[in-house]
Amino acid sequence: MVDVALQQGSVVSAAGAKRAKVLDRLRLGDVVFHGLTRSAAIGVLLLLSGVIVSLVWGSLPAFRKFGFGFLVSEQWNPVTDDFGGLAAIYGTLVTSFIAMLIAVPVGLLIAFFLTELCPQWLRRPIGIAIELLAGIPSIIYGIWGLFIFAPVLQATLQPFLIDTLGNVPVLAPLFSGPPFGIGMLTGGLILAIMVLPFVASISRDVFEAVPVVLKEAAYGVGCTTWEVVRNVVLPYARVGVIGGIMLALGRALGETMAVTFVIGNAHRISTSLLAPGTTISAAIANEFTEAVGDLYTSALIELGLILFVITFIVLAIARYLLMRIERRIG
Amino acid sequence: MDARYAVRRHRNTAAAAMAFAATALGLGWLVLILGSLLWHGFSGLSLSVFTEMTPPPAAAGGLLNPIVGSLIVTVIAVVIGTPIGILAGTYMAEYGRHDKLSSVVRFINDILLSAPSIVVGLFIYQVMVAPMGHFSGWAGGVALAVLVIPVVVRTTEDMLTLVPNSLREAATSIGLPRSLSITRICYRAARAGMVTGVLLAVARISGETAPLLFTSLNNQFWSLNVNAPMASLPVVIFQFALSPYTEWQSLAWTGALIITLAVLVLSISARALVPTGKQS
Repeated sequence: MVDVALQQGSVVSAAGAKRAKVLDRLRLGDVVFHGLTRSAAIGVLLLLSGVIVSLVWGSLPAFRKFGFGFLVSEQWNPVTDDFGGLAAIYGTLVTSFIAMLIAVPVGLLIAFFLTELCPQWLRRPIGIAIELLAGIPSIIYGIWGLFIFAPVLQATLQPFLIDTLGNVPVLAPLFSGPPFGIGMLTGGLILAIMVLPFVASISRDVFEAVPVVLKEAAYGVGCTTWEVVRNVVLPYARVGVIGGIMLALGRALGETMAVTFVIGNAHRISTSLLAPGTTISAAIANEFTEAVGDLYTSALIELGLILFVITFIVLAIARYLLMRIERRIG
Repeated sequence: MDARYAVRRHRNTAAAAMAFAATALGLGWLVLILGSLLWHGFSGLSLSVFTEMTPPPAAAGGLLNPIVGSLIVTVIAVVIGTPIGILAGTYMAEYGRHDKLSSVVRFINDILLSAPSIVVGLFIYQVMVAPMGHFSGWAGGVALAVLVIPVVVRTTEDMLTLVPNSLREAATSIGLPRSLSITRICYRAARAGMVTGVLLAVARISGETAPLLFTSLNNQFWSLNVNAPMASLPVVIFQFALSPYTEWQSLAWTGALIITLAVLVLSISARALVPTGKQS
């Protein structure tokens, strides 16, 4: 259409020539804008590859020195330049596991409450409040955990755990030692509070996507509310819920500040959950600016790479599952 | 029959009670955290917080340089991140809604959205701080821009997808080229949502600490030089909270209160802009 207008316009008159010029400019603008948006989209891809390449590049010195032994060595000695990431990897996995152990059931119960039990007028305010919990910056959780939460745990929950579970044969090693306040357990609990809103709000969204007829049919044959949720809603929303949980796990694994404050920063693996430990992100946050020497820096970057690979896999699975759900809904 | 029904009913009551308790727990944390923030933060809140520099150990002072530093770094991040994010989101929603590139970008973008921010810090350290040889406000801004981009991409795409096709058809039918129909018509229709995206992005980065630790580092003194290390509120909170000095700790609380209030105001106004309450 533009072409026709252009040809006619250019032949007919001076006004036509002017018009042709304008159209030419518009067409050029179109091409430029298309190119701009496309390169911005490609830029997003380059960003991710840039992250990966720079991390791999930065961790090469450490990888050359320690090889795959880095993954299984607990040594972390800046003085002798001997580094292994096992303690940090262990800490990351354990704190995230504790967090999920608490956040998943509580989050699902909140979603259950919000979709089935809560009076209509209360749903939106409570939903927003839970989402605000997700918006609070992690450093706030950190400072709160250090000054308020850890002392309370030290005085109440930890002695209680030592006195009770500390005497149970199999669990005893997990809850031995003095109550420090800070430590792996505290880190895990703070993480649980942090990821709870993610689990809750995503579960709520997928619960709400369950077709009402299915639920009505179940109520119709005499199911109780709990039975409807347990036997109809949960199975139907399973994939989405797992996706949400993986997303929350991705957050928990990579979370830095909230954990750094309360983990204790000790590069060792203790059987006790009450003992101080470290996580990958806490180690990087604490030591990177003070790391002297290429190998030390490189070892920290290699830790970062490991963290990135783990979270990438977890998040990719999460996104894949959630995408499947979205396709089914929409 | 009756006994079995009673068991089912009891089970239902128990489950409902647990759900109720779980919600109370979730809301309780929010109240607890905000409550203790207000309690500890307000006691240190005074005019000097906004007019004085960060003090040396065990002395009184304020948070002026980190507040200004945070603002500068955030502005850099938004100025760099928003255009890239909007353009990429535009491509995905307008030009390549169903093509391969868009779906790959969408997937990668969603991963960037929740990627650990400390890794972004390492990345920028590698590509900016190490080659330049020093920490700088620029590096901090770029690191935060990397976090802004995915949020803006996501909301821009979502909001443009919601623009009815009839608007685009109408624009094309009166002879508008595609670029103009996007920038003049679609952007205008999706404006509230796109602003929301930027607000959410600002809310997200204003509390980010990890990517700033080894990009913009920190600065004890007043400095507007973005080519030099720059103080920022989260990093100062981190440093002060872990210090043994009560003056520093109380400033950390006050800083935490300021950040939280800023984030809450941002995210509530972002919500107010989109009345349907549908957010990604």
